[in-house]
Amino acid sequence: MTTEPFLIDELLKIRGLEVDFDGFKAVDGVDLDVRLNEVHFLIGPNGAGKTTVIDCVTGMTKPTDGSILFDDVQLRGKRENAIVKMGIGRTFQTASVFEALTVEENLDLAASFRFSMLKLLRQRRGTTEAVERALEDTGLTDVRHKEAGTLSHGQKQWLEIGMLLCQDPKLLLLDEPVAGMSPEERTRTGDLIRLTAERCTVLCVEHDMDFLRRFADRVTVMDEGKILKPASTVAEVQADERVQEIYIGKGRGIEEKAEEAST
Amino acid sequence: MTTFVKSFVPSNRSEWSSRATFVAVAILFLFVFPAWLSDSRLDLMASYVTYAIVALGIAIAWGNGGMLVLGQGLFFGLGAYCVGMYLALVEVGGAPNLPQFMTLLGSQETLPALWEPFNNVWFALSAAVIVPVTLATILGTLIFRSRIRGPYFAILTQALAGAFAILLIGNITLINGTNGITTSFSEIFGLSLFEPADQRVLYTIVVIVLGIAFLLSRQMLKSRYGRLLLAVRDAEDRVRFLGYSATKIKVIAFATAAGLAGVGGALFVLVGPKIISPASVGIIPSITMVVWVAVGGRASLAGAIAGAILVNTAEFEISSAAPEYWLYFQGALFIGVVAFAPKGLAGAATWLKEKVTSRGSSSTTSTSKTAEEAA
Repeated sequence: MTTEPFLIDELLKIRGLEVDFDGFKAVDGVDLDVRLNEVHFLIGPNGAGKTTVIDCVTGMTKPTDGSILFDDVQLRGKRENAIVKMGIGRTFQTASVFEALTVEENLDLAASFRFSMLKLLRQRRGTTEAVERALEDTGLTDVRHKEAGTLSHGQKQWLEIGMLLCQDPKLLLLDEPVAGMSPEERTRTGDLIRLTAERCTVLCVEHDMDFLRRFADRVTVMDEGKILKPASTVAEVQADERVQEIYIGKGRGIEEKAEEAST
Repeated sequence: MTTFVKSFVPSNRSEWSSRATFVAVAILFLFVFPAWLSDSRLDLMASYVTYAIVALGIAIAWGNGGMLVLGQGLFFGLGAYCVGMYLALVEVGGAPNLPQFMTLLGSQETLPALWEPFNNVWFALSAAVIVPVTLATILGTLIFRSRIRGPYFAILTQALAGAFAILLIGNITLINGTNGITTSFSEIFGLSLFEPADQRVLYTIVVIVLGIAFLLSRQMLKSRYGRLLLAVRDAEDRVRFLGYSATKIKVIAFATAAGLAGVGGALFVLVGPKIISPASVGIIPSITMVVWVAVGGRASLAGAIAGAILVNTAEFEISSAAPEYWLYFQGALFIGVVAFAPKGLAGAATWLKEKVTSRGSSSTTSTSKTAEEAA
């Protein structure tokens, strides 16, 4: 473990997080620090509890123990929508967009999240700057009037990230953003995340090692609900024998898995 | 000011055509039907129009919000009883006289406190809307906050309508139990419910209320809120994780549907058979209301109106020709719609329209289609 300087701002500070699903400890005493403006990856085999950690941060799952500090404010016990309004956005493993609405309407709803109910009852006229910028960032300008349900898998992921960008979050949680994507789509998603990282802090759950190498500032490895290796650089993680072991233990090497994931 | 004026000027062709349709249908209801239908048939049509108001609410909550409201009879009944109590008091010359059924039963010495305020027409009319909306807001908040949805929500609303009917049946001394509240002579704002000339005025009023309810509902669905409602229907978690309160969004739709059912019920006792009894508020009538909307096209407001009026007209025609066959016909109609035309009449209309327009020009975009579906 590297010695951490004191002066670096921790945007998200998780301590002793524990989630107990009827006796099964999905997350068991996890400590995690995400620094301001970094791209932090959370990796580990299936069932390691990565997504559950994200669910706890966003209020989707209630932890049984531990503390989650965001900007020094305790998130435990807060409602999902209150957490979003504090500046935390998330994507879902399977892109979740509003399929019956057009791309533009999807982005517009995301951008209007601070409107009062009275203001929401008014009809939309034109688009805001945030929506236009998100259309450009995600490269979805050409399909802005198409229903989101007709988009490809990759386009839906970009739309979802675009929706979150419209909200100008401080912390963005991405749950396997490149799963099931073609190589070209991966590259475009990477570019989008790089762009995202210029504006906010990113915590990303991902399996794809190649993707991780290209974009991660720091990596935390989880296994069976625990932290296997606390936040380290990509090189340190790849050199770690225990990390290699959990991947080899499942019958494959870390490189092998990366190859498989990127094809 | 300019934006205010601009908001009344249609922006595209599909908007013009939907306005033309609205005017055509308004002419049909306001002038053609009164000239063509007999007094009694027009009075019956008026009651179908009140059903159409209820159907609008179901299209909002179910078609757009994904909440299968199987208990609208509850809210319809609350609206109807509020106005029915007023009418029963007018019949006997107003409070403190007892309504006829109380005198006949000899159950009450003086007018019960619950009845007192309904001597006032404005109280009765506003209660017919406020009571259903308030009840739906309270119930909705409790239900949606506990994340009860899908079939569980549907069964819950159905049970509420059933419980309400049982409550009414059990209250013979206060609201005449199974027999319900009926009048053989009464009036509202000087309009007799039993004079053909006045009935025609009441018919016109009911049609105008439907028109206003339609325009307001349409405005609601076209707003950002309307888009959010669709969003909640399709991906509730995503809405929540965009920072919205899904509970609030759903409660508003549920309460709006309840309010429209209350308005429909309040007008229902003024026209048609002029009776409100537990038989029109329980589980079966509540399901029937959903059938109208399913036939018309659940997400479409125009479809909901068409469904309510056509299904009830068909019921009247078929029941008077062969009373024993109506239920079979209704069942077959419902199964047919669910299996072969899930978007109902509105879906069929859109399909036809696209066929016609695609022959002329193939420039119909998918956006105009969704806009029409919402309208």
